[in-house]
Amino acid sequence: MPVQYTGILAEHRAVRTQAGLFDLSHMGEIKVRGTNALEVCQELLVTDVSRIQPGQAQYSVLCNPDGGIVDDVIVYRLVESSSSGRAEDHYFVCVNAAHIEEDYDWCCARNRGRAEIINCSDATALIAIQGPFAADILQRLTALDLSTIRRYWSSPSKIAGAAGLIARTGYTGEDGFELFVSADQARTVWDACLQAGQMEGLVAVGLGARDTLRLEAGYLLYGQDMDMQTTPLEAGLSRLVHFEAGEFLGRTALQQQKSRGVDRKLIGVQMEERGIPRPGYPLWSHGQVVGQMTSGTQSPSLGIGIGLGYGPPTATPGMDITVEIRNRQVRARVVRPPFYSKEREKSRR
Amino acid sequence: MEVLKELRYSKEHEWVAVEDGIAWIGITDYAQEQLGDVVYVELPEVDTSVQKDEPFGVVESVKAVSDIFSPISGTIVQVNVDLQSSPEMVNDDPYGDAWMIRIQISEPEELQDLMDAEEYLAFVEQEQAEQQE
Repeated sequence: MPVQYTGILAEHRAVRTQAGLFDLSHMGEIKVRGTNALEVCQELLVTDVSRIQPGQAQYSVLCNPDGGIVDDVIVYRLVESSSSGRAEDHYFVCVNAAHIEEDYDWCCARNRGRAEIINCSDATALIAIQGPFAADILQRLTALDLSTIRRYWSSPSKIAGAAGLIARTGYTGEDGFELFVSADQARTVWDACLQAGQMEGLVAVGLGARDTLRLEAGYLLYGQDMDMQTTPLEAGLSRLVHFEAGEFLGRTALQQQKSRGVDRKLIGVQMEERGIPRPGYPLWSHGQVVGQMTSGTQSPSLGIGIGLGYGPPTATPGMDITVEIRNRQVRARVVRPPFYSKEREKSRR
Repeated sequence: MEVLKELRYSKEHEWVAVEDGIAWIGITDYAQEQLGDVVYVELPEVDTSVQKDEPFGVVESVKAVSDIFSPISGTIVQVNVDLQSSPEMVNDDPYGDAWMIRIQISEPEELQDLMDAEEYLAFVEQEQAEQQE
């Protein structure tokens, strides 16, 4: 995936106003199946996997025993029955590219032979189509009625003749779909999408705009906004941690941290003055360094500097803060992400 | 990539145009292409003195922050304030509307160290070849 095809800003705007196509085949896919698949997933993920219905998808994280985040993933529960006709649990976990081997080994080491775990990353391509016209465009390439697929649900279907999984998920803050197809069909599906979306102005989108889109939507990037030294409670992902779901990796550590309270937490930072908050820039409050930025950019949609960072647990939306940019204190405000949402833009107009 | 005959160029990809002892300075077309969409330009105040090969400002694209180096020494007499509100001019018109500063030249002999258009073109080609290695 290149940084850009035509230009980051043009690609960003296309996704916000028309539609964009992303080749995300570098992402990893790990299948967990068999009678004990649920039990294994339940132990690996902080989220209550038993609540995920067949066809449903869920954002979650894998933690180590210290509660540090090993990776963030989307778990898709597939609708599939085994050859014997008996329904069996089948989960499909989409993981970050840099962690495919690590995650796979991590899962296998804790599986102890209970479920079948398959790394199908090389054989699987992932193409995302995102933006207000994504559904109209994709509908021309599939017999599946896309209006029946709700946000964070999926269904197996053919796309431009290729068998795959259509999921209404994404990383842009727009409506859209992620298409999992076999790697040898990727080219066909990609070309068919571009062709079908010509009228609507569908364009190929690179990593640069992927980053500005996800930041505006307030999504975290693994390796930047969270890592092994970050817990989901610190990263603002408490909603994903279901202590009542029973034993899972990191549960004890997270429970202790929950009762003790976190020392830092993820915050959204929006500039009040001209300036772009970049990763590593210190955050100041009342003459003291209180944290630092982990992601930041000039928001193409809002025309101001925005970013994510870690601040004190006392930080609340509306709080004044300054970002140190090249030895200068630049005024900013703590906000609750997303920085950009469709609904907010509509009400603004 | 566009290179104008009448300009002089630095190895840091700035251009210089001299007019009555005053130098107009900006970044080259090649530099803006390499940066991508420019979203922020930070320039110094008028009357600031600048030194040859020292950074005098910052240009930020969506992805990266880059220093802008002064190709010659002198004192700033004018700053292009329009770049604050319209940084995209750096992409659209690097040799025209997106000039960055005008300086009163203090060491005219430093101009001899700069490249002409032909030399700059060769320099960029060599840099690109090295990048590909």
